[in-house]
Amino acid sequence: MTLSEPIWLHVCDVDAIPRLGSRVLPHASGDIALFRTEDDNVFALRDKCPHKGGALSQGIVHGEKVTCPLHGWNLELTTGEACAPDVGCAQRFAVRIDAGEVYLSLDETVSGKVVEATAAA
Amino acid sequence: MRKPRLVVIGNGMAGIRTLEELLEIAPHQYDITVFGAEPHPNYNRILLSPVLAGEQAFADIVLNPLDWYAQHDITLHLGKEVTQIDRTRRVVRCADGTEAPYDRLLIATGSSPFILPVPGKDLNGVISYRDIRDTEIMIETARVKRHAVVIGGGLLGLEAANGLKLRGMEVTVVHLADTLLERQLDSTAGKLLQKSLEARGLAFRLSHQTSAILDDGHGSVRAVRFSNGDEVAADLVVMAAGIRPNTTLAEAAGLYCSRGIVVSDTLQTYDPRIYAVGECVSHRGVAYGLVAPLFEQAKVCANHLALMGIGSYRGSVLSTKLKVTGIDLFSAGDFLGGEGTEEIVLSDPASGVYKKLVIRDDKLVGACLYGDTTDGAWYFKLLREGRALGELRERIMFGESSVGDAGTQGQNRASSMADTDEVCGCNGVCKGTIVRAITEKGLFTLDEVKKHTKAASSCGSCAGLCEQILMSTLGSTYDATPKEKAVCGCTDLSHADVRRAVREHHLTTHRAAFNVLGWRTPNGCATCRPALNYYMLSTWPKEAVDDPQSRFVNERVHANIQKDNTFSVIPQMKGGVTNASELRRIADVADKYHIPMVKVTGGQRIDLLGVKKEDLVSVWRDLGMPSGHAYGKSIRTVKTCVGSEFCRFGTQNSTQMGIDLETMLANMWSPHKVKLAVSGCPRNCAEGGIKDVGVIAVDSGWELYVGGNGGIKTEVAQFLVKVKTAEEVKEYTGAFLQLYREEAYYLDRTVHYIARVGLDYVKQRVVNDAANRRALYERLLFSLDGLTDPWQARIDGAQANEYRPLPALGVATETA
Repeated sequence: MTLSEPIWLHVCDVDAIPRLGSRVLPHASGDIALFRTEDDNVFALRDKCPHKGGALSQGIVHGEKVTCPLHGWNLELTTGEACAPDVGCAQRFAVRIDAGEVYLSLDETVSGKVVEATAAA
Repeated sequence: MRKPRLVVIGNGMAGIRTLEELLEIAPHQYDITVFGAEPHPNYNRILLSPVLAGEQAFADIVLNPLDWYAQHDITLHLGKEVTQIDRTRRVVRCADGTEAPYDRLLIATGSSPFILPVPGKDLNGVISYRDIRDTEIMIETARVKRHAVVIGGGLLGLEAANGLKLRGMEVTVVHLADTLLERQLDSTAGKLLQKSLEARGLAFRLSHQTSAILDDGHGSVRAVRFSNGDEVAADLVVMAAGIRPNTTLAEAAGLYCSRGIVVSDTLQTYDPRIYAVGECVSHRGVAYGLVAPLFEQAKVCANHLALMGIGSYRGSVLSTKLKVTGIDLFSAGDFLGGEGTEEIVLSDPASGVYKKLVIRDDKLVGACLYGDTTDGAWYFKLLREGRALGELRERIMFGESSVGDAGTQGQNRASSMADTDEVCGCNGVCKGTIVRAITEKGLFTLDEVKKHTKAASSCGSCAGLCEQILMSTLGSTYDATPKEKAVCGCTDLSHADVRRAVREHHLTTHRAAFNVLGWRTPNGCATCRPALNYYMLSTWPKEAVDDPQSRFVNERVHANIQKDNTFSVIPQMKGGVTNASELRRIADVADKYHIPMVKVTGGQRIDLLGVKKEDLVSVWRDLGMPSGHAYGKSIRTVKTCVGSEFCRFGTQNSTQMGIDLETMLANMWSPHKVKLAVSGCPRNCAEGGIKDVGVIAVDSGWELYVGGNGGIKTEVAQFLVKVKTAEEVKEYTGAFLQLYREEAYYLDRTVHYIARVGLDYVKQRVVNDAANRRALYERLLFSLDGLTDPWQARIDGAQANEYRPLPALGVATETA
């Protein structure tokens, strides 16, 4: 593995985030939204819609998507990409769940694949 | 495990549309193989006429380029005609020996032109008008030859004739009937059409029967002879005398055919493994030759191929439009009329305008428009909805534009707009952008236009204009909004279906609803979840549990989100009445929380704008006033005038009436927002004429008006009833609102609900039937009983996490 091990920061208990809902994590670089799906996966995106800056944390979560409350853009929680035909991307952060606790990595070089490998290990 | 194999015979619009629908809902279910007799990918056959007329090129009308097939792993056999279906071995075979086994088979072989059985029909220069090859032959012939004869004065024939004329040929149209388009137009409109086509240089031989096509001695056509002995010179003869469903293959395989392959409402043939869609099928005895029905069939068929097993096709109402640039004609339904029908006719031959509307039992059943087809889409909608016309009848002939639209520069005729004119004032979308998106991206429905251009996707006031643009760009390809539109992409069920199911199956949770109704997404979407939430709460009050995660942010947070993600706070101020103590507290809150703007609202209240989410609960606590529900699909406010207490004209205490109504309706959820007004005299200073319920005091009592709207489309409220006492005002108002709460579709305002069911129905349920009125009123009071102020609940600690950010990151944790 060429990448260095990501630094995992403890955020909260999974149950602190409502199912099909979200919580906001304030951060110096800007708010981060944490979303919890129905099957208890947790995803993190910059809390800013690529369209007009709407707070994604305030949107409705469905499947592995969130709908921005301002103008209804749908974004993929897994990638931060807007669903077609809209084009844009919200920054995504790697998340790991361990024993019911949510950990976040702010390291932007971490790719989704590496995170999965780590989580499986 | 091997995936089941789906084989499609026919690479045209119906077959491929079915695949598109299927891939949308079940992308990986089948190994798909497609056979196409033509050497081209799927193209838009409807747009052959613009290609012939030189307005578009072939590349412009390709719907699915070869990449598309590759992307979806579809095995495509081009230029291969299937010659046999072996139902025993479940294999299809081509002339060249190519074989493909199937588990499911879809037949979409379309139709072929009907070739008149006359001598000379096989000569060189005699063609039909069906595919791109025919079109290319016509274009080539027009380059070197002069005389063309088109046999058939129907849609296809006239479009061919027009194209050939534009390509420089002398064109004669031969038609058996005595007027053109006799299946689409009445004789008056048919004659107007003939006149304007003659002005373009086309010649007509009506009531003429072709008896022979004559040889020039070298195997090519020379002339056409009629049964009366006349002859017309011809270098090219186009047969456009109708189409026949292609059933040879199906019949040879032993499938039951009767003027088309006979299919059920699920598009299944007599062999349950074999489906059929498009022009080759006969459904309930009808074979369709236009494209809109094919798309409806495709949707249903795909649903069954995906093994979802819901949705059925019940036939289509057709509309027609001729794709000849500069000629506007439209017809739909039973435009000829007859026994038991009435007609409204507007005829202005000098300016070439003719409109006929056919009405039966107070419903629009047919329309025939010539010269001005602006309202075609609207009439078609009325026709498909089959709604009672009532008072609309008086102005129906004057079109939809007799009701104003906001934000579209007052434009209501798409045809008269320039490409640079703005159609959608919310998102700044011009007409040219929409037309380009329709032609380049192959859009067919209003929903697709909304998605791709954003036009009509915000306030929706330009939806009518967008429909007009769709209709004029696509002609008869246009797939008008179906009568029962699906709630969203998660289901094929309509709002009516879902409402019914929630009641019949006693559904009280989203999970139960998704399971029972077979939702195709795991937990819905931002469109269906709030709708379901409302349907369950309104149908099963005190049983269904409100799901905060299925509410739009405003209703979850109980404040209105603004563009910068702050919120606005509007406390309740019943009837617009306040006092010094409240005003003082509002002023103190504004200071303490640095509220950037304090504004008086249109509903006689005070709005504090720019409140941070985490401050909301403390702001509410400091205000000490209940929620004004200014953010919800709910009761909003009751606007009042000062009434008889102060006003020299006031006849009743309208202020107190307003306060009483607002007290009664406190915390009421509804399909959409609900606004009321009470005025003390007919001067109507509280503007009750544009409210969901407007109450106007007169000396002898109170008049109630319903279904008004001051928003996107200004709608004047209609008179419901006059009552004597204040108690009656509450009972009638409550009963009407409960009827709306129980029966309207989510996001329909009262005006839309009344338009759907008719004012007479509302009067029947609320005014004439006293027992029903009381029952409705009691059900309203029952559902409101026990609801409490949501702000107070949150001050007391409810939903605390909603308003609290997570603690900031502190400790770095080791990886496991």
